[in-house]
Amino acid sequence: MSHFRIADDADQPKTFAFTPDYQARVDREIAKYPEGKQQSAVMALLDLSQRQHGWVTRAAVAHIADMLGMAEIRVWEVVSFYTMYRTTPGGRINVHVCTTTPCWLRGSDAVTAACKSKLGIGFGESTEDGQFALHEVECLGACVNAPILQVDDDYYEDVDGPATEAILDALLRGETPTPGPQVERQTSAPVGGATTLQSVGGDD
Amino acid sequence: MPKLTVDGIEVEVPPGSTVLQACEAAGKEIPRFCYHQRLSIAGNCRMCLVEVKPGPPKPQASCALPAADNQEVFTDSPMTVKARKGVMEMLLINHPLDCPICDQGGECDLQDQALHYGADTSRYAEVKRAVQDKYMGPLIKTIMTRCIHCTRCVRFVDEVAGVPTIGALGRSGDMEITSLEQAVASELSGNVIDLCPVGALTSKPYAFNARPWELTKTESVDVHDAMGSAIRVDSRSGEVLRVLPRLNEDVNEEWLGDKSRFAMDGLKRQRLDRPYVRKEGKLQAASWPEALQTVAAKLKATDAAKIGAIVGDMADCESVFALKGVLDGLGVTSMDCRQDGAAIDPSCRAGYILNTGLAGVEDADALLLIGTNPRVEAPVWNARIRKSWLENGLKVGVIGENADLTYPATYLGAGPQTLNEVANGSHDFAKVLEGAERPLIVVGQGALSRVDGAAVLAAARVIAEKYAGGRDGFGMLHTAAARVGALDLGFVPGEDGRDTAGILDGAASGEMEVVFLLGADEIDPAKLTNAFVVYQGHHGDRGAHAADVILPAAAYTEKDATYVNTEGRAQRAYRAIFPPGEAREDWAIVRALSGALGAPLPFDTLEALRTAMGEAVPYLDAVGALAEAEWGDFGTAGDMADTPFASPVRNYYHTNAIARASETMARCIEELLPPATEATGTDG
Repeated sequence: MSHFRIADDADQPKTFAFTPDYQARVDREIAKYPEGKQQSAVMALLDLSQRQHGWVTRAAVAHIADMLGMAEIRVWEVVSFYTMYRTTPGGRINVHVCTTTPCWLRGSDAVTAACKSKLGIGFGESTEDGQFALHEVECLGACVNAPILQVDDDYYEDVDGPATEAILDALLRGETPTPGPQVERQTSAPVGGATTLQSVGGDD
Repeated sequence: MPKLTVDGIEVEVPPGSTVLQACEAAGKEIPRFCYHQRLSIAGNCRMCLVEVKPGPPKPQASCALPAADNQEVFTDSPMTVKARKGVMEMLLINHPLDCPICDQGGECDLQDQALHYGADTSRYAEVKRAVQDKYMGPLIKTIMTRCIHCTRCVRFVDEVAGVPTIGALGRSGDMEITSLEQAVASELSGNVIDLCPVGALTSKPYAFNARPWELTKTESVDVHDAMGSAIRVDSRSGEVLRVLPRLNEDVNEEWLGDKSRFAMDGLKRQRLDRPYVRKEGKLQAASWPEALQTVAAKLKATDAAKIGAIVGDMADCESVFALKGVLDGLGVTSMDCRQDGAAIDPSCRAGYILNTGLAGVEDADALLLIGTNPRVEAPVWNARIRKSWLENGLKVGVIGENADLTYPATYLGAGPQTLNEVANGSHDFAKVLEGAERPLIVVGQGALSRVDGAAVLAAARVIAEKYAGGRDGFGMLHTAAARVGALDLGFVPGEDGRDTAGILDGAASGEMEVVFLLGADEIDPAKLTNAFVVYQGHHGDRGAHAADVILPAAAYTEKDATYVNTEGRAQRAYRAIFPPGEAREDWAIVRALSGALGAPLPFDTLEALRTAMGEAVPYLDAVGALAEAEWGDFGTAGDMADTPFASPVRNYYHTNAIARASETMARCIEELLPPATEATGTDG
């Protein structure tokens, strides 16, 4: 797992404000929690700020802390705990490889190698044109479909080296490959079709 | 009342107690790092594991486990011992073995507990983690590789200091304690050094100075503010190396303000170490007999009405008592201990002490602060107000400066107009006071050090009588350690006597010919140029620069002395080191001066002086106790100007001669205060 780091001051924008669209979503998130418990919305707000700006900036943290009446350091504690928050300007497309034990046992090393060779960058780095960034992440919670390759909000499941390369090639061409299992399988059902309850919906 | 057994010993503990507290009640020591009785429970170090029945067949963290009826706790069973060994081994995995160069060495919880509860060898042969050091300000030195993530510092700044600037960033093996490279902007920041159970946070000014076993420890009291916090002065070879808080539940609990803790390096600088007499316009070194004879001759040759004396903020009771004896003998009535001109009424003791005691604020349910900013005037008491707000929901109203007090306070207004509104009940906060069971009205020096101070005091008394039942809901917060003691001793203008402003103006106009300053530095020296000024004190500060004769005296760490704090509690300071050079203890100087005047005071020893002082003012003899004061009429009702109240402390780090001579305090100002409030020549 990469070490937590806050982007240098030179990269930090001076101010942050939610756009009207995002502000509406922010208000909706805050309204979900009872009066006095607004701080519970911190994770959602951080995510929204990341979606708006691409990564979580100092100004965004200060803005959110102010909005929720929290100390800035408390917000930073949340940001630094979750790998899903990016605190440095990365690529426009963020590729995450899970290397936790189940994915690793199922061949995440090959996925990692494919990403590194295809994009020419290592973990925690981004391509020179700023298009891609590669991240090593902890368990993505989809071990039944290990190994997992996460591209922004999409999970590409049951990947291996060649499948990873195919996905990245498509992304490089500007396409969006179909997310989900990359083998013959419906979601997390058995590979190769159903093995039980085969007659459900059948004659008997 | 849960009843349980600890190692077969039956104990009964108050409801809500933890197993750890029950073990302590049974006299069993439980090792711990993250648990601290004044902080919230974190339960993350796991050092306090014990075996508990009934319960799951595994050790449990006693600090976070509620004590319950019929529990059986085992603090030295094989399971407990093995668990502690395991936890200690885990803690030491990433802890460097740098005790020989660590400032915590010798007073380190980890070192001590590793000795008692750890194994003798390590099985760990992998790479240890290293963590970059962090910047936390001019007072806290960090060596973060040593951190064991107990989060005591995080909880302290968040809960007690109320300045949440330290946090734990990252997760699991990458977790780091940091303040994001910001200085910890609290007047109580030094306490995290005491709280840190390892050498991760240590004192920057004290770095690599001494080992704890080399130090002579003297238990004393602090004089940098009027709280009289209990301190321990650690010295070696005639040098004060550090000051630490001592436990005193009634006064400072176990905390200490940064100025009280770190300004002691000022004791080594700018010291007056020999007598000086001004000859041909220049201060020249002189002998004690020469200096005393010069003063005595001048005093004898001057009409008593043209002599004045001002007592400074750090003077001890003994010297004030002796000086008053000398002045009374000469027939001098112009004397004052209120350098700032605060309109305190000396006739009614209940009118100038904090009648509820400092701890009383914990029982209060509404607090009205008038012209005071306790955060800078008495930071440790401010933490207590905060505690009361956290635990009891204390409602705080402020008339004066709208400052950040670290807890929510209703800002009522800036000055006397608001005071009037509260007094006549038209203000909203009057309803809060009315509805409160134990309201407390606290008046600060900022409300009194003004032309209409007496009227403000009278208005505050009216509010206290109307809403708070008079004495038991009234208090005054002082900023000077000497103030209450000097008021008790009656060091105030006598018949036809002049007060501070009168003495200074008289000196400027030539009506006052001799002015005796007992450590008085917070005055305008420009007014003293025409008068013959005698300065008795320990630092070459403002007062000494205006002096014609300098009598070098001892600072608070260099004499046995009595101080009375803002709640009227007489406390003793003890000598940790000797005063430098030819400087002498204050009372002895005054006694010698009385001899030179040919009218020696009737005591030759400190004991004899204290006996005489105790006869004059009995509660000065009752060291450590609080005496109830009689409520009476004080203040003078009258018109009040509508200028806002301002706290007398403009710059927390520069309020007295010792702090002004301290390099550490200068660094604090540079790194902690915004440029706009930086010290100027008239600050203090």
